[in-house]
This record gives sequence, structure tokens and C-alpha cells, in this order.
Amino acid sequence: MLDAASRQAFPASCAALLLLLLAAPLGLPGQAQLQVASVLACVFFWSVFRPDSMSPPVVFLLGLLADLLGLEPLGATVLTLLAVHGIALRLRRFLVAQGFLLVWLVFVAVAAGAAALEWLLTTLLTFRVLPLAPALFQFGLTAGLYPILAIAFIAAHRGLAAPERA
Amino acid sequence: MIRLSIQLRQALAKLTLPVLIAASFGLMLLGKADALLAERARMALADALAPIYGLVAEPLASLRDVVEDARSLWSMRTENRRLREENDNLRRWQAVALALDAENAALKANLHWIPDPAPSYVTARVVADAGGVYARAVLISTAPGTNLARGQIALDERGLVGRITEIGSRSARVLLLTDMNSRIPVTLENSRARAILVGTNGPRPRLMYWPEGVIPAEGERVVTSAEAGAFPAGLPVGTVHYSAGNVPEVETAARLDRLEVVRIFDYGLGGVLPPEVAAARPVDKPGVRR
Repeated sequence: MLDAASRQAFPASCAALLLLLLAAPLGLPGQAQLQVASVLACVFFWSVFRPDSMSPPVVFLLGLLADLLGLEPLGATVLTLLAVHGIALRLRRFLVAQGFLLVWLVFVAVAAGAAALEWLLTTLLTFRVLPLAPALFQFGLTAGLYPILAIAFIAAHRGLAAPERA
Repeated sequence: MIRLSIQLRQALAKLTLPVLIAASFGLMLLGKADALLAERARMALADALAPIYGLVAEPLASLRDVVEDARSLWSMRTENRRLREENDNLRRWQAVALALDAENAALKANLHWIPDPAPSYVTARVVADAGGVYARAVLISTAPGTNLARGQIALDERGLVGRITEIGSRSARVLLLTDMNSRIPVTLENSRARAILVGTNGPRPRLMYWPEGVIPAEGERVVTSAEAGAFPAGLPVGTVHYSAGNVPEVETAARLDRLEVVRIFDYGLGGVLPPEVAAARPVDKPGVRR
């Protein structure tokens, strides 16, 4: 029972931990973008491969946590993550059957949309046109980070966090 | 658990996402309408996390030191030679400084100069990077009961870092001078011209509104100005550096990308409170723009 619950909670707690860890002053270059990138990859991957563990309320809470940790307008990350989640759910029947490369390509497109949406929302909510460079950097980092995280997640999905093994 | 029919449960499951998307729009409106609420929620979370970050800060710092040590071993010889030269140079400057200090003391004694009161300060550890993709701020951990106030000034060992914008019971947020909402009145040290230092979210804030006829010189030192009563005069900010686009920017003296410990000074100034955070009204304070 406990085992099943912890396997069930693995994706969300993993994402939350990554968020908190990357808020610490590690001195990594582009750490803020890395934070957004990792949570986007988490939400997308688990929404596609195990939507039971990445339900809309969980996505909402993750977005809220990200927004409260930073200093950006409240709600922008929440909406972006929910949009990514929605798209992932729509495409999941198609994506589950595909190979790694195609899933990644779809994610690259989703990441571009997410970076654009977040930029647009922050621009609207702060009433000023923000520079585009951070958004582009965020997109690149998100696209590049996905394979690394996905390999770890695939291993977790089959072993550590697999619900059927509980 | 309430028993629901399968159809109803499926309908509810389909509704969750649209409802939550609507809720996120509501959250945005709420954040805009009531900036104080957002600020309180942020500080409540920061207060809860500050002790945890404080605990992991020690191992993280030692890890970083190990990496730094390994890197410095490579460049030890050249670094040693550079330091020796710099030391000789600094020794000459020390002699000059001591002479000037003595002269200054003698002159002040002759002039009945009223000395500036020594400011009180507290030292705090930077526990989290609290900005984001479109903001620059850090979270500091403070002991409960520390007397902090909005607008107090944060410095690291080299220069100005920023100002306190939000205060919780165990943590506080420092808006860095590189944040897009930061406006700091400064003086160019050689020409004594006033200017405003405008944050851009990039590593180097931009100089603006300097008087006609003055051109900020490359390498000129920039210090804070007492104008508007927000800062004491003469805190080191950085040096002028022209960007590739020939825009005067300031290379900050403080090492903003690797802040570990900051000192929070209370100069008793309340002239201009720090700009509102991104969630609040982003208009510039009219008092600062001169």
C-alpha cells in the first residue's frame, strides 16, 4: 500500500524536488531557465507516459510552487504547465507508441510554444515588452535537457516508480 | 470517499483541466489585483523553506569550494605571480591611502566636520536564488526577530548588491540592482555627474539620464548618490563599461552571480522605497527619475 503510494507519488515529488533544488544558489549558469526547463520536461514526460501520477491538480500545484519560488507574476507558469499537460494528454495515444526521437521532436515544439506563452504572459502581466533572449535561451535549454531527464525517467518508469511492481 | 457513478466520475475528470486553466487565469488576476497577497504567499513559502535551505547551504558551499580548489590548482603559478604584482601595487596604494586618511582627519578636525553616523548592519546568508527567467532577486535567511525593513541596503564584500523588497519572519528578499525594476541614483566619480542606473535583467545594468555635456568614461568608478534619500552617498557600485552597441553599462563591483553572504545596512533612510515587485505596478517612481 505504502509502496504503491510512493511509486504513484514519484513523478510529482521528483518534479517538486528538482524545483526546490534548482532554487538554491548553486551558481549554475542559466539556473532560472534550468528550473523552468526541468519542470516542463517532468510535466510533459509523465503526462504522456503516466497521466495518473501527473493529474491536472498536481500540475497546477507544481506551477504554483514555481511561481511562488520566483518573482515573476503569479499564474504565468501555472497556465503554461497546464497547457503543456493538456497538449501532452491530447497527443498521448499517438506518442506512447512512438520511438524516443519522435517524442523528443514533439517536445521541442511544445517547449517552443511554452517559452513563447510564458514570455507573452509575463509581458502582458508586467505591461512591458521583455527581451526575447531569455525566452530563446529557455527554449534551447528545455529542448536540450529533455533527453537527459527522459533517460532517467524511463529508467524510473520501468523500475523504481513502476506501479505494477508494488 | 463518496461513491460516484462511473459516468459522473469521467465527466468530472474531463472537467478538471478546463476548470484549473480558468483558475490559473483567476490566479493571474488575483496576483495583479492584490499584490500584497502574492507577496505574503511568497514570503510564507520562503519562511518555510529558509531553514531547509540553510541546512543544505553548508554541504553545497563545501562542494563548491572543492570544485573551486581543483580549478585553482591548475592556475597556481600564474595566479601567484599575478598576486605578487598586485600586492606590490596595493602596498603603494596603501601608503597613499594612509597618508590621505591622516590628512583627511587633520582637515576634518580643523573644519568641525560632523561625521556620518556609523550604520548598523546584520550579516545574512544567501539561501536561494529567488528571481526567475524574467527577474533578478535572492532570498536571504535571517534570525527571527532581526530588525529589517523594506529599503534597507544590501552589500557584499565588494559593493552594492540591491535593496530589500519583501520581509518575512525568517527570510527576506533582496531585489538585485540588475533586476529590470531596479532604479538607483548614482554619481560618476570623476565628473561628479548624476545618473540613474537602470537594471535590464542582464549581467550589467545600464546608465541613463546623465546630464548633457558629460560623457561617462570607460573604466570610471560609479558610486551611489544621496539624491532622493534612498542611498547614502559613495557606496561602490561598479565601473563604467561600454557595450558592443556603444551603450554605457556598469560592471558591478559586487559578484552578483556568486553571492554567498550579504550585509544588510540600516542607514535610516526612507526616501524612496524599492520598486514594486514585478507582480505589482511596474511604473517608475516619479521621485527617482530626475
